[in-house]
Amino acid sequence: MGMRAWFFSENAYHLLPDSKEYDSIRVKLPNRYYDPKIGADLYHRFIDEWQIAEELGLEIMVNEHHQTATNLNPSAAVVMGALARDTRKARLLILGNPIANRREPVRVAEEMAMVDVYARGRLECGFVRGVPYEMSAGNHRPTRMMERFWEAHDLIVKAWTSHDGPFNWEGKYFHHRQVNIWPRPYQEPHPPIWITALSPGSARAVGEKGYVVACFLTGFDGTKNVFGSYRERRAELRLPTPALDRFAYAALVYVGETDEEGYAGARKLMWYLESNKVPPQFTSPPGYHPTATTVNAMKGTNPGIFKMFQNPALGPLMENGLVFAGNPDSVYRQIMKMYDHVGGFGHLLIMGQAGFLDHEETVKGMQMFVREVYPRLKALA
Amino acid sequence: MANGSHPGWLTVHGVRLEIVERGQGRPILWLHGEEGLDPGAPFLELLAAQGRVLAPSHPGFGHSPDVGSIDTVDDLSYLYLDLLAARNLRDVVVIGSSLGGWVAAEMAVKSSDRLGGLVLVAPLGIKVGDRETRDIPDIFALPPDEVARLQYRDPARAAVDHAKLSDDQLTMIARNREATALYAWEPYFHNPKLRQWLHRITPPTLLLWGADDRFVTAAYYGAAYRSAIPGARFETIDGAGHFPHIEEPAAFAARVRGFLGEPKA
Repeated sequence: MGMRAWFFSENAYHLLPDSKEYDSIRVKLPNRYYDPKIGADLYHRFIDEWQIAEELGLEIMVNEHHQTATNLNPSAAVVMGALARDTRKARLLILGNPIANRREPVRVAEEMAMVDVYARGRLECGFVRGVPYEMSAGNHRPTRMMERFWEAHDLIVKAWTSHDGPFNWEGKYFHHRQVNIWPRPYQEPHPPIWITALSPGSARAVGEKGYVVACFLTGFDGTKNVFGSYRERRAELRLPTPALDRFAYAALVYVGETDEEGYAGARKLMWYLESNKVPPQFTSPPGYHPTATTVNAMKGTNPGIFKMFQNPALGPLMENGLVFAGNPDSVYRQIMKMYDHVGGFGHLLIMGQAGFLDHEETVKGMQMFVREVYPRLKALA
Repeated sequence: MANGSHPGWLTVHGVRLEIVERGQGRPILWLHGEEGLDPGAPFLELLAAQGRVLAPSHPGFGHSPDVGSIDTVDDLSYLYLDLLAARNLRDVVVIGSSLGGWVAAEMAVKSSDRLGGLVLVAPLGIKVGDRETRDIPDIFALPPDEVARLQYRDPARAAVDHAKLSDDQLTMIARNREATALYAWEPYFHNPKLRQWLHRITPPTLLLWGADDRFVTAAYYGAAYRSAIPGARFETIDGAGHFPHIEEPAAFAARVRGFLGEPKA
């Protein structure tokens, strides 16, 4: 089975004042800038686009973020609940539930089981640590997050797989004396698990479990290091060699009939990067990044990929594999360059809508991808 | 570092601590705040003229290793009570600033047996206002220059040229911020229960406040602390913000000397 492609949209609210009028699009931008009537139209438009993605044969991915105009899905479970009802065949990926920031992992286990049953077993359940900007939104301590993340994960998996009445959980971070969720998941033993990793260290832990590891906008070498660590860890533990369907890469993707049309679409997708105006107290809460990364930031010696996010330009973003754009042949070549560089991957997560890319443009990008590029990716050995 | 004096190491029940020990006489335990321990700070030398100063870096701060089982101010207060017991120190003067003042108050609430006096320098740790009043500005949500403006009478004192610092010094700055987040993120710089138990503090207590502390003011936060500790003395230091030992070290040391020179209550 070849590569699978997932259509993903951040559901942004892009009708904002000039960015000179605010100092952060996340955490503290007043919601008086949000018009719920326009917001309702946008929600329905984005759900329509996911349904079109399904009709075209793409899989569906949603995520969640908090206190930000860049993403109006503070609950992935809610929007996926709607999609579970409105779709019939697509796999439904939530990537993901920010479980290091959630007070009640048992509630996450319940919601995910519920969506899985609604969808008759089509849920793919992702867990993410949560982006640094959301430490304030969730009031969650940025230090020792991975310890909390894995305890939440363990509790959720146990809740999904225990079928003989309540169990007890008195951990370091979470306490429940009677865990016994209804419903239980549709899939046995539970929905497939995906975990996002940005560093080789976290990829090792995902590799041990054999889950799907996903990289977001990590470029050629960042992605190669993450996938490499996953494979290495499994080899160290003499676990089976992972198939390509254990690896996912997310990029901004726009396919046009010509390179020019593709680039024009990609420039609109770049709104997601351009509009991400966030001051350092929210991008680098203490303890979120490794100490060495913080020190390098003070010295100004972090790798160029960090700087690329500060001044996004299409050329460098494409050269570094964060954007795949152009005519179908160009896009196929760009995807394969990444594929070959990182040892292959089985899932392409397509960030295919952002900012001022309107409905027709969004749908056209999807159609062009499905008609002209996807068959070649599906045919990969 | 001034005086060419480097910190040593101490182990308390398996917890390794970087520690500065200096001077002779009555034991003085200095508990640093969010800024960490600077072994070359002038105020440490001035304190060492008044007794034997023990100044550890809390776990995770400075060069002290992170300890998995220690992640609250409650833990720190037991750790330092253990330190006093392990050294069999008596009549100890505990002095703490800001986060360190909170640690000192928690120690004194738990056990005053080994304490001869307590100096709380603009201590944090209590909830004063109602649930919608942010008693303590959110340093994790404010731009760094605004935090400096609130904490220093002269914010230029807080300015650091990262280009002039070594990797080790930059690592200390990063670790101090990370450890501050570990101990103080939530509940934010306070223990909701502490205020109701401050009456248990029996040793003579001095509350010292920078007259220009804009971070937690003497009139609001200081007054709440004062009213909760029976018999506590309250003094302000002119020309200083939230860290008077840094901005006015001589005046700070003089106030401590005045307090220690008094006959015991």
